[in-house]
Parts: sequence; structure tokens; C-alpha cells
Amino acid sequence: MELQQGIFILMGVAMIVSSIVAMYVKDLVSSVIAVGVVSLFASILYLILQAPDVAMTEAAIGAGLSTLIFLYALKRTRDTEEEND
Amino acid sequence: MIKRLFSFVLLTGLGFVFYYALTNITASRELTGVSAEYAERGAAELGAANLVTAIVVTYRGLDTLGEVSVLFLAATGIAVLLRRKKGYVQARSEDKRGSSEILKTGTDFLVPIIVMFGVYIFMNGHLTPGGGFQGGAVVASAVMLQFLSNPSYRLNHTVFGFIESMSGFFYVSIGILGIVLAGGFLDNRILPLGNFGSILSAGAIPVIYTLIGLKVGTELAGILDNMRRDA
Repeated sequence: MELQQGIFILMGVAMIVSSIVAMYVKDLVSSVIAVGVVSLFASILYLILQAPDVAMTEAAIGAGLSTLIFLYALKRTRDTEEEND
Repeated sequence: MIKRLFSFVLLTGLGFVFYYALTNITASRELTGVSAEYAERGAAELGAANLVTAIVVTYRGLDTLGEVSVLFLAATGIAVLLRRKKGYVQARSEDKRGSSEILKTGTDFLVPIIVMFGVYIFMNGHLTPGGGFQGGAVVASAVMLQFLSNPSYRLNHTVFGFIESMSGFFYVSIGILGIVLAGGFLDNRILPLGNFGSILSAGAIPVIYTLIGLKVGTELAGILDNMRRDA
């Protein structure tokens, strides 16, 4: 029980820290990665809380697909910025 | 100044509300109302070993149909906004840097396994955790890995579009068949319930979840492909 609570707190703190990093870091790519890390920890937390359905969705969509979609979007907007200069 | 004061007051108020809500929360130890009803009758009525699936696909099947159509609209919107301009892609695709040998070898090894795992998740949705959405997302993440390792990889959009529209069509058709043959829209008892716990059981749930899995997988892969292209 003690160990489980410790893991909960650790995961929660890690999620909060990476979301703060995502907000304040200057580099947008690092920010996107930090958002992905939040989802990764969230999915582990869901798994410990015995919600494997939600954990699967969070890991595949939150940590995987949406991170990549953000990165592609970032690349696209940068390309347009360069063209406009 | 007034603006700052206002936001300060608003935030303090919200803080109080959340504090109050958090200190007075009591997790209920037993199921009440409609959830108790679902948990009691679900397994016997629908024959699905995974009760979550029984609720998501049949009792709340209309919500699932809504989610599927939201995803469909999102994919369509992205496809319309980011549609391909002719002649541009070919000019750009040659100067791209190839990916590393580790990523290439790992992708060749992992993609079939990931696709198989995704198919397993949505075909066993009525027995084990997970279902159409999860399985579809896993299949799409295999496509994502392929895109990462091989930047010039092309999806066959005709095939993907065909699979997507056909699975959507059959999903709604099965729902309507439920009205005609069984208790209501998306009722799974149009097919025999079979042995509890075997792969061909729980009526139409495996069929519906396979269709949802195919639809979600192709849609998410399509979104990725549209985002990836150099417009």
C-alpha cells in the first residue's frame, strides 16, 4: 500500500513538472515532447489504477500519435514562415 | 488593474470551490442506479466477458457512434484543409535525409507485430480490455512508425478510403438491423450469443468492434498522412 502511494505521488509530480516544462520552455519541439511525457505518465497511472482500456488509448493517442501530429504541424508552420520571409 | 483584481478574485473563488469539492468528496463503495443495473444484467444479457465493452458497444452504442462520427469529421476537415497540391511532393522528396539503420531495422521488425497486436485488441474487445478505438490507435501507430523510418512511404488512399467508408456503412447497417431483428438500435443480439468467453460470442459485438477498429485505424493513419505531406 505504501509503495503504491509512493508511485502515485511520483507519477503525479512527474506529470505536473513536465506540464510546467511544456509551458515555460522556449523551444517548441521540447514543449511538444514534454506534453507527450505527461501523457506517458498518465497512461502508467491509469494502468496502476486498473483502467487498462484508458491506459491503452492514452499511450497510443496521447503519447504517440498526437505528439507526432504536433511535430508535423510545427514543421508545416515553420516552412510557411520561411517562405514568407 | 481592474482586470488583474478581477482575475485574482475569480481564481480565489475557483480555488475555494475546488477545495470544498475535494474535501467533501466521498468515493461510493457500491454501484447505484443504472450502473448497478448494467453490472448485474450485462453479462447474462449480452454474453460479453468484458463488461466495459458490453456497455460501450450496446447500452451506450449511440455515444460510440457519435464518437466515431466526430473522428470522421475531424479527419475529413484535416483532409480538406491540407489537401495535396499537385507536382510539389515529387520535387521535395529526394533531398530528405534518410533515417538511421537502427530505426529502419527496428521498424521492419516491429510493424507487423504492432499491427497484429492492434488487430488482436479489437477482435478480442468483448473478452479482454481494449476495443475498437484502442486497437485502431495501435494499428495507426504502426503506420506512424513506418512514416518515421521511411519519409517517402506512400499510403494507398483509395484502399484506405474504401475500407473506412465500408466499415462506417456496415457499422450503421448492423445498428439498423438491431432495430429490425432485436431490441433496438445497435442491439448485439442479432447474432447468437454463443459460449460465454469464446472468441465467437457476444452476438454482434466482435463484428462491430472489428468495423470500428478498421475505421479508426484508417482514419488516424489518414490524418497522419495528411499532416505529413509537404504542401
